[in-house]
Amino acid sequence: MVKIGVLALQGAVSEHIRSIENSGADALMVKNINDLALVDGLILPGGESTTMRKLIDRFEMLEPLRQFALNGKPMFGTCAGLILLAKELVGYDYSHIGALEATIERNFYGRQVDSFEVSLYIKGVAADFPAVFIRAPHIVNVGENVEILATYRDRIVMVRQGYLLGCSFHPELTTDQRITAYFIEMVKESLANELHV
Amino acid sequence: MIPTSLIGTDRVKRGMAEMQKGGVIMDVINAEQAKIAEAAGAVAVMALERVPSDIRAAGGVARMADPHIMEEVMGAVTIPVMAKARIGHITEARILEAMGVDYIDESEVLTPADEEYHLRKNEFIVPFVCGCKDLGEAARRIGEGASMLRTKGEPGTGNIVEAVRHLRKVNGQVRKIVHMSEDELMTEAKVLGAPYDVLLQIKHAGKLPVVNFAAGGVATPADAALMMELGADGVFVGSGIFKSENPERFAKAIVEATTHFRDYKLLVEISKELGIPMKGIEISRLSAVERMQDRGW
Repeated sequence: MVKIGVLALQGAVSEHIRSIENSGADALMVKNINDLALVDGLILPGGESTTMRKLIDRFEMLEPLRQFALNGKPMFGTCAGLILLAKELVGYDYSHIGALEATIERNFYGRQVDSFEVSLYIKGVAADFPAVFIRAPHIVNVGENVEILATYRDRIVMVRQGYLLGCSFHPELTTDQRITAYFIEMVKESLANELHV
Repeated sequence: MIPTSLIGTDRVKRGMAEMQKGGVIMDVINAEQAKIAEAAGAVAVMALERVPSDIRAAGGVARMADPHIMEEVMGAVTIPVMAKARIGHITEARILEAMGVDYIDESEVLTPADEEYHLRKNEFIVPFVCGCKDLGEAARRIGEGASMLRTKGEPGTGNIVEAVRHLRKVNGQVRKIVHMSEDELMTEAKVLGAPYDVLLQIKHAGKLPVVNFAAGGVATPADAALMMELGADGVFVGSGIFKSENPERFAKAIVEATTHFRDYKLLVEISKELGIPMKGIEISRLSAVERMQDRGW
């Protein structure tokens, strides 16, 4: 069975763990680089990206996370996780893992009183996915290798680049497992390709 | 066709608290402190006029802070900003909502405005966090629309004993509900003074329907780790950071200890050479009127 990790420094970790297990894969909380070495794919959860970055630095996880992406291992970032994954951040002269060819603007949709939920069409996943946006970041633009999977009011909200997946919203806040299942298929596919190399 | 979006739903309000899990929410009184908190890795800040230990020292009536403090803090950091309204003070809460604060704490740290009724929180778009000492109180607050809970502890004391008492109590009572037969729930609801439907939700989900942080007495990294060990989803630190000798170090260490609460060797390193923590108060020295935890109904 494939083993999916969830970066467990801060944020909505248990929701992703539950969703992975309900989708029939093994789940592991990743708190350090030893845990990271054990997983076939990694979910970067929602939470506060500034907090996660401080803890990533303090426990020297940034390079191993970058290497994980460079090695072609699948990663999926939701909300704060998407910010961690992106190459460019509006208003910042640095990025975090910096693997996903996309420019992200933090807190674009406003403060908590502007947070919302909406049903979305997601290419290859669902016609009606319940998407929960909380102080959500905006995907301003993407590189040519990036496929847009969902938009809302003409704004990009979900993308895929090879084995990297990212979305502005929080699939982990719903009981809808379809996005998690999609990511697990990506992980399986990457393992199958690895065997062929 | 553009699908219709919904704001202020339970999922959106409770979800915001889910994103704070495993984190530390710090009390701050100005932009400078807010920046220190953010740099240390706080998941949110609580903007106040005075931290609880100073509220204790000052005496008199404690009210919602001057809006310019919240504005200053909201302008200084990118993490969420929370603020406190008095228990039952509808207008203070509406003012905070109008300002766009991310979460309101209907808090016993301030002097209550209503000694009988709490806010009807499900009428608001902004989410609320409320204090609790036991499951009855927790369930009543959820029934009124609280989207997040925090066990009360005894604010501004730097003494963890009440925080431990309340967290153990709530979690013990949740375990009891989960294992109860459904026929026994109505009587338990009567005994606890808890809405029946909230208890039923707890029984079916196996846990509280909202996130529950610990608060009221956290002064060291080990205190924060203890709260996580006892099952808190995260911690609020009031006076414990900015009343310590070295706020930057304490703030950072408490954040790290909250994440790695069971890595004891790491906790040794995290706890080292932080300087003097806030001075604490022995709970038995507090008179009945000084006990903030008894405010709330």
